[in-house]
Amino acid sequence: MLKIKNLKAGIEETKILKGIDLEINAGEIHAIMGPNGSGKSTLSSVIAGDENYEVESGSIMLNGEDLLEMDPDERAHKGVFLSFQYPVEIPGISVSNFMKAAINEKRKNLGQDPISAKELLHKMKEKMELLNMQKGYLSRNMNEGFSGGEKKRNEIFQMAMLEPKLSILDETDSGLDIDALKVVANGVNKLKSKENATIIITHYQRLLNYIVPDFVHVLHDGKIIKSGGKELALELEAKGYEWVIK
Amino acid sequence: MKEELSEDELLEKVTTTEYKYGFTTDIESDKIEKGLNEDVVRLISQKKNEPEWMLEYRLNAFKIWQEMEEPNWANIDYPKPNYQDIIYYAAPKAKNKLNSLNELDPELKKTFDKLGISLNEQKRLAGVAVDIVMDSVSVATSFKDKLGELGIIFCSISEAIQSHPELVKKYLGTVVPTRDNFFSALNSAVFSDGSFCYIPKGVKCPMELSTYFRINEAGTGQFERTLLIADEESYVSYLEGCTAPQRDENQLHAAVVELIAMDNAEIKYSTVQNWYPGDKEGRGGVYNFVTKRGICHKNSKISWTQVETGSAVTWKYPSCILKGDNSIGEFFSVAVTNNFQQADTGTKMVHLGKNSKSTIIAKGICAGKSNGSYRGLVQISKGAKNSRNFSQCDSLLMGDKCGSHTFPYIEVKNNSSQVEHEATTSKIGEDQLFYCNQRGIGTEEAIALIVNGYCKDVLNQLPMEFAVEAQKLLEISLEGSVG
Repeated sequence: MLKIKNLKAGIEETKILKGIDLEINAGEIHAIMGPNGSGKSTLSSVIAGDENYEVESGSIMLNGEDLLEMDPDERAHKGVFLSFQYPVEIPGISVSNFMKAAINEKRKNLGQDPISAKELLHKMKEKMELLNMQKGYLSRNMNEGFSGGEKKRNEIFQMAMLEPKLSILDETDSGLDIDALKVVANGVNKLKSKENATIIITHYQRLLNYIVPDFVHVLHDGKIIKSGGKELALELEAKGYEWVIK
Repeated sequence: MKEELSEDELLEKVTTTEYKYGFTTDIESDKIEKGLNEDVVRLISQKKNEPEWMLEYRLNAFKIWQEMEEPNWANIDYPKPNYQDIIYYAAPKAKNKLNSLNELDPELKKTFDKLGISLNEQKRLAGVAVDIVMDSVSVATSFKDKLGELGIIFCSISEAIQSHPELVKKYLGTVVPTRDNFFSALNSAVFSDGSFCYIPKGVKCPMELSTYFRINEAGTGQFERTLLIADEESYVSYLEGCTAPQRDENQLHAAVVELIAMDNAEIKYSTVQNWYPGDKEGRGGVYNFVTKRGICHKNSKISWTQVETGSAVTWKYPSCILKGDNSIGEFFSVAVTNNFQQADTGTKMVHLGKNSKSTIIAKGICAGKSNGSYRGLVQISKGAKNSRNFSQCDSLLMGDKCGSHTFPYIEVKNNSSQVEHEATTSKIGEDQLFYCNQRGIGTEEAIALIVNGYCKDVLNQLPMEFAVEAQKLLEISLEGSVG
């Protein structure tokens, strides 16, 4: 599904990613771990198309299409979803209105009719249950006055609504207490299918107790220096990053 | 939910970037020579077949105007109009007096269709009564009979001068005196038409009343006069919309609106102002110099809501005189400036009665090389014990070549009253845009969404039909302003 080849990128003069190769198939969950400053968040931003980052060379292909040729919104229409580490506030726009805009933009792009009010409401209620959302959530303004945990849950809610092919969860566990973490992990697990894939970017092993990855990659200084199965995460937890970096 | 979707459907109809009301109607018109002198004032009065008292009112105003000077204090910069180079009266030539809207001149009808006002449709579906003022005269008023059954008078002011002189005589100029300012004096001398509305005691007007203003003829000024009286215990919601053709020269619009809310009455007055703003280089556009003021008697309420997207230069301060005890004044405003537009707008809340309350929510949006100013006065007199005011003035900047200014004036003369003032300035953040983009929402749509969210408090005050219109306008006015 996703093929990243020799990806080099950075901000202005600073090189951050120094040659990333990564291949992800449908139905897989990949965890990308690494110490602070290793380039984890840069990788997710570059896949999503954040224009603050410059791609120097390499390619990112999604189902045979070149993502680097597309604007961020086109990438979203193709099924890329990024759960932000720091979701922004959009004052005055309710969750339901925002969701409606996002879904309808995608539908328009695919040549489909806008979603009906009934269908939208039904779908939102279903996903709210999945994530244990409080009543009244839909009419709150996007991330305005949300706690850290609520913001992260709101990200996963959007992921559930938009049904992406490739989801990137950037430090979704940070700011979550253990109960919220379980709810979010449970949601992600239920959304998993043979057709979609997930990248989990995390600093700690904690989240991986609840969302079990098929592959674990260690990112250091802009390169993947070690890959393995789910045991690798436990080993890292026990021995620390120093063990792989040496 | 249902409501939101229909808004969205309407929003999607917006495809055009240019000012879409910029066409002119090729219609024969009866206009007089350029310039202004006593004879012109007499001629206007004569054309309208006015009674002697009205002529005298005008002549007196003209005398006062001649002694006044055009104000300079506003934060706007424009070449002063040459008042001798303006046509003060132009009217679409009607062959006969109209008995119904179906008898409208076909060209005129086409104009209204282009403007999106299908009179018959409106009549059937929306339940909005419309009065239409083209250039100087009112050309059509709908729903008159139905309103008449309730004793509501809704007609052009020229007609009211003929058929209800006692009301016009009693109230005209009582809220905005001729001497009030340069433009109100000018208007009092040469106003050609406008709307008149009277809601009798205890009557809740069952539909929105609406006036649509259109400047068509080149080189003419539009000076309309609106007088709205809500008698005791009555209620009315009133809407006005304005457009003008695209022309290279500046056109002058100097209106006066007076509202009178008697004891326990409520008036909601909403404006969507979309006069031609000039082109991207700042050529042409309407000079919009308007005096709007309402007086609130005991326990009454006046609410001004305005969405200002048009005009090259705007000078406008819808105000409330809170004369009665427990009276309430509200002002909700969104003012958008783009390209080379300039706006100096705000409100005055004058508290005279005890326990009077006022709320001001002003949202400025500046893009391009434009300049937007909020200017507001909150005045609490000695006798206005326990009065309260809350003001919130926010500005949203797009790009780095525009300017936003806030000039709040607060005068409090007793110590039992409370005044609160909040102000913020923000920019649409790249991170907000990227967030929306990542969810599949393109940049133009994202801006519209963010702006709508920012204006929500004000847009919510508008009647549904108008809120949609206003959202569309915001979107069009700001298209291409980022990126």
